[in-house]
Amino acid sequence: MTTDTAKQVSAARASSRDAITANLREYGLIIALIAIMLFFQYMTNGVLFRPVNLTNIVLQNSYIVVMALGMLLVIVAGHIDLSVGSVAGFIGAAAAVLMVDYGFNPFIAALLCIALGAVIGGVQGYFVAYMKIPSFIVTLAGMLVFKGLLLWLLGGRSLGPFPVEFQMLSAGFIPDFIGPWTIVEPALNANGRPNPGTGIVLHATTLIIGLIIVALMLYFALQSRRNRESHGYEAEPFGFFALKNAVIAIIVLFLMYKFASYKGLPNVLIVMGVLIAGFVFLTKRMTFGRRIYAMGGNIKAASLSGIMTERLTFYVFSIMGALAGLAGLIYAARLNQATPKAGVGMELDVIAAVFVGGASAMGGIGEVAGAVIGAFIMGVMNNGMGIMGINIDWQQVIKGLVLLGAVAFDLYNKKKA
Amino acid sequence: MSDNILEMRGITKVFPGVKALENVNLKVKRGEIHAICGENGAGKSTLMKVLSGVYPYGSYDGEIHYEGKECRFTGIHDSEKLGIVIIHQELALVPMLSIAENMFLGNEQAKGGIISWGKTRRRARELLQKVGLREDPDTLITNIGTGKQQLVEIAKALAKDVKLLILDEPTASLSEKDSQALLDLLLEFKTQGMTSIMISHKLNEIKRIADQITVIRDGQSIETMDREHVTEDRIVTSMVGRALENRYPHRSPKIGETMFELRNWSVHHPLHPERQVIKNVNLNVRKGEVVGIAGLMGAGRTELAMSVFGKSYGVNISGEVLLHGKKVDTSTVGKAVKAGLAYATEDRKIYGLNLIDHIKHNVTVANLSGVSNNGVIDDMRELKVANEYRAKTNIRSSSVYQITGNLSGGNQQKVVLSKWLFADPDVLILDEPTRGIDVGAKYEIYTIINKLAADGKAILMISSEMPELLGICDRIYVLNEGRIVGEMNAADASQEKIMRAIVRGEARGEQLEAAQ
Ligand SMILES: Nc1ncnc2c1ncn2[C@@H]1O[C@H](COP(=O)(O)OP(=O)(O)OP(=O)(O)O)[C@@H](O)[C@H]1O
Ligand SMILES: [Mg+2]
Repeated sequence: MTTDTAKQVSAARASSRDAITANLREYGLIIALIAIMLFFQYMTNGVLFRPVNLTNIVLQNSYIVVMALGMLLVIVAGHIDLSVGSVAGFIGAAAAVLMVDYGFNPFIAALLCIALGAVIGGVQGYFVAYMKIPSFIVTLAGMLVFKGLLLWLLGGRSLGPFPVEFQMLSAGFIPDFIGPWTIVEPALNANGRPNPGTGIVLHATTLIIGLIIVALMLYFALQSRRNRESHGYEAEPFGFFALKNAVIAIIVLFLMYKFASYKGLPNVLIVMGVLIAGFVFLTKRMTFGRRIYAMGGNIKAASLSGIMTERLTFYVFSIMGALAGLAGLIYAARLNQATPKAGVGMELDVIAAVFVGGASAMGGIGEVAGAVIGAFIMGVMNNGMGIMGINIDWQQVIKGLVLLGAVAFDLYNKKKA
Repeated sequence: MSDNILEMRGITKVFPGVKALENVNLKVKRGEIHAICGENGAGKSTLMKVLSGVYPYGSYDGEIHYEGKECRFTGIHDSEKLGIVIIHQELALVPMLSIAENMFLGNEQAKGGIISWGKTRRRARELLQKVGLREDPDTLITNIGTGKQQLVEIAKALAKDVKLLILDEPTASLSEKDSQALLDLLLEFKTQGMTSIMISHKLNEIKRIADQITVIRDGQSIETMDREHVTEDRIVTSMVGRALENRYPHRSPKIGETMFELRNWSVHHPLHPERQVIKNVNLNVRKGEVVGIAGLMGAGRTELAMSVFGKSYGVNISGEVLLHGKKVDTSTVGKAVKAGLAYATEDRKIYGLNLIDHIKHNVTVANLSGVSNNGVIDDMRELKVANEYRAKTNIRSSSVYQITGNLSGGNQQKVVLSKWLFADPDVLILDEPTRGIDVGAKYEIYTIINKLAADGKAILMISSEMPELLGICDRIYVLNEGRIVGEMNAADASQEKIMRAIVRGEARGEQLEAAQ
């Protein structure tokens, strides 16, 4: 009896240690992102962390992050999607044709476009799942097809501008319901207007949202910890737990403060946030997500366990298509026009983000959080090197090396463990 | 020179969270066959991987002395240069390459990087003859059975001028006949002066060919015994740490009405649809009954089971599946599972497990609805289930978070079993459920099977070990070349009777074929 409980306790302890090591690479990624940000903060003489620049980083990378969520599922499922850049460009053009040429209501046009994206993804998924054509080939074909269709649709012109409501998707910020809080009065210029960059005026709603997010996060973290303990499993050591959550809370509040001291939360960040939360839930807690991992890990074992691997693959590609559609909209709204060059090479940034984020090219391994952080690591590097005035050619070289280095480091660590 | 060709001293090997070996000593005499026994996860395979340089010098503690010299292998190449060749538990042949290509993989018969195919084939033919395999060296590996593949592995070892041959459970997936042939081959090599180390869970084989037996328990070397002075029971006692009274738990079957029935089941080969693999099979299993399917390798037992389970094998499948007397649709795995069927595969690595994920996720994957509400997984419930089944089937691991790819072979098998136990089927088809499993754990698995039967399940068990079928089944069907050639109550069955049914079936099958 006593040896039994002793065994249980030691097993629980081992399991909590395993849980921590399992999450180590995620922490490692966050630390890498912070280190890269601090590095560029230093190299750009403090420009990187300026509220306007942080806001810019979010806007510049939003469509990559959105697609990285779908790409993560695709890669975990053991596939690849090379068509997402072309599809995003094509959908942006379709949106422009609908809204600008035919005067569609922006909201309806956007929904139609996302649905079109899902259909495109679904068709490619059909070929991959049911016809058993390797995804590399199917989506390579898709890449060519939609690049061509994009050119055909626009006929060489750029199409814009979009209705104002649509522009708000990428250019807008959430309204300040509570009203600005003025901490330090800004200096007034000759016309009696506030001088930009002086004083501290905070976007109150953004701050409140930040506080609510942190509160909810802590609540859920404590809840799940208590849940573990009440089931007799030892959770991670309390000190570690407290430190981890404190650090995350501080980072969130810091970023929220930065956003609040510019124009508040960008609309697109809200969209992104909701999607990220949704995908974390989907991959970590839902049977649908679990089945994708099982399939990517060993498709034969998965189908002999009753998982409908074909249908699952089809869904994964449909989701990817819908997200590529959304990303195309965000990109078009950001440029305020659809251009024939939209989406070119985007798929590579998206795929790189997912791999930097620790996903395995063999399938079965990868985390949403990793992919998002991976996207931001690449995004911050783009942004920082841009501010530093590094040439675009060398930027490419450096990004390529970072991708290789990140994956090599990851594999090295795994081998050592 | 001492008469020990190999001495391993004080070997300790630690994996994160697991001490796989602790101060293990092993002495192997020149020219003997040395058997290594121990429970699943005891550390047998790990010890052999240390010896062969799979785990290089520096990743373990202790010394290896071979031919009187201390060796520090940095990789498998170093040990092979000295004539130490290992054949792993899971065969390492490339399926789409030919026998000859596989035999000289990494050791090509080449000059300046250009392969001489003439020489390759000639050498291959010589070596194949030595191991008694009559196959064309150009035959692809996928086209020959496991028994022959094992012989190719041995021929491959011979091609490397092997002096010390290590075999990790070489007969685990071989038929009785192939096993005998392999053991005879080892005895023949012995007369030629070769030394072998063999890991096996089959004590009768060890008793037959080993000169000395070393037992490993919980990562420690317990003792080394001479074959002459030990009995099988004595080995078991040493392995398990206590005496095991019986090999098979007592059964008092309570058999009810017919639960599972196959009628006129026929299946054709997926690549050669004109070939009928399963021919008009009729069988049934009653509630609370354990029914065995005996037969030789290639009799079509796995094909039969997989074709029933979601048409996972074969084409042009015809016939009926009945559960509780009603026809059911088992045309996809999902439907089969929903109907109450489960099939635990014989090939855990390829069909059974997601090797890059941990135990917890593997145990629940076939029954996610059992740990979720409306598609949302309840983490705590899942953890509890995983721990429960880990205890139930006695999986040895650091926790339920151990990656299944890092488990010992036998423990992987138990994870597959746990998965299907948790799916809670009415009819459980077990395909070689004790392959690679140690004696103690076998007893536990038999106990689980008994318990399932007592709970009113129907169990259909495929096994190549006839004593096992005789030991735990109530009734046995004999399958030969896709045909049922015999049915007998276990009470009046015997190995001879089963073999006779097979031989008779063979003769009858030839008649039928001739008549067509
Ligand atoms: N790469 C690894 N990482 C972590 N643990 C490992 C690894 N390889 C083996 N182990 C652990 O080491 C122990 C010994 O494993 P090993 O494969 O040597 O067992 P075995 O005696 O060959 O068992 P079996 O009879 O089941 O094949 C097991 O507890 C196993 O889980
Ligand atoms: Mg082993």
